[in-house]
Amino acid sequence: MKEVQTNELQKLLNSFANKDVYIHLETTNGAYATHFDEKVFNAGAFIRNAKIRYELAKIIDDTPHRVGLKMEHGWVYAQGITHYELDEHGRLLMAGLDYTGKLAVALEISETPFSY
Amino acid sequence: MTLQPQRQILVVFPHPDDEAFSSAGTIRLYRNMGVPVTYACLTLGEMGRNLGNPPFATRESLPEIRRKELKEACEFMGIDDLRMMGLRDKTVEFEDDEKMVKLVTDLIDELNPSLIITFYPGYAVHPDHEATARAVIEAVRRIKPEDRPTVYACAFANNTVAEIGEPTVLIDVSSVKQDKVKALQAHASQTAWMIQESTKRVDEGRPMSDSWLHYEKFYQYEFED
Ligand SMILES: [Zn+2]
Repeated sequence: MKEVQTNELQKLLNSFANKDVYIHLETTNGAYATHFDEKVFNAGAFIRNAKIRYELAKIIDDTPHRVGLKMEHGWVYAQGITHYELDEHGRLLMAGLDYTGKLAVALEISETPFSY
Repeated sequence: MTLQPQRQILVVFPHPDDEAFSSAGTIRLYRNMGVPVTYACLTLGEMGRNLGNPPFATRESLPEIRRKELKEACEFMGIDDLRMMGLRDKTVEFEDDEKMVKLVTDLIDELNPSLIITFYPGYAVHPDHEATARAVIEAVRRIKPEDRPTVYACAFANNTVAEIGEPTVLIDVSSVKQDKVKALQAHASQTAWMIQESTKRVDEGRPMSDSWLHYEKFYQYEFED
């Protein structure tokens, strides 16, 4: 993955619009967060291989970036995106990596299901 | 304490690297004595957070990286029977409880271990660790008391010593320290930062206490009935 280039990522997001796609969306502060600091309220969410179709995608040019997908009946968004790549299977992998290189958020889009 | 003789050991942990931190030295010592060791690793640590910045992996490429690391770590520990059980990281606690018990029972029935190494339920911090520990303890609890294998359980929650006291099994692994370090290093995606940090401390002339590389500590699990 490389650092977000807004124009290029916007084009890639557009290329999946109006298609049935599978998404992986994840936010986390790590299973050990409360072990290392009792004051941390540990929350996160995870969904993998939900099938959606979006009509509009937008990346906001802020750092870190926000990415929003507008669907017929609702929304998907991720906040904190820093890196992305189109992988060898044509899947758009976006991630937010914190200053120590730990994943804090991931949003991935694919025309074929992700592995288990 | 001296190592208790064993016929067959079954190691059950959810993540590649759990075994290296907790019991690589103990495993190596038993392998050096010729005791067969089977390691059932439930997931490939697919949800590991450390991808680096700049990143060396993606969420999708990480499992394959960790599979290779796990195999390499097993070589340093001398484990030739590695079972990758195909569950997904961070979902173990949501699997059907009976399915999890059966997974462990099937391994016990097949291998007839005299010792099982796993986590200690209630004191294992990560939800996958807890779910693994619960399944192992329940599978062993269902065995007739006189037939049960010994269970060495690892506990590292902050409240462990306050609530269940000091570990009851202390194994001196200094003679195989280098193998333990190599097993840890094999899990580079998980441990590179840690090894970097301790090297830095040594460079700065304040070596990290390495007592944890000399001793592995377990609780011999006591069944109530
Ligand atoms: Zn673990």
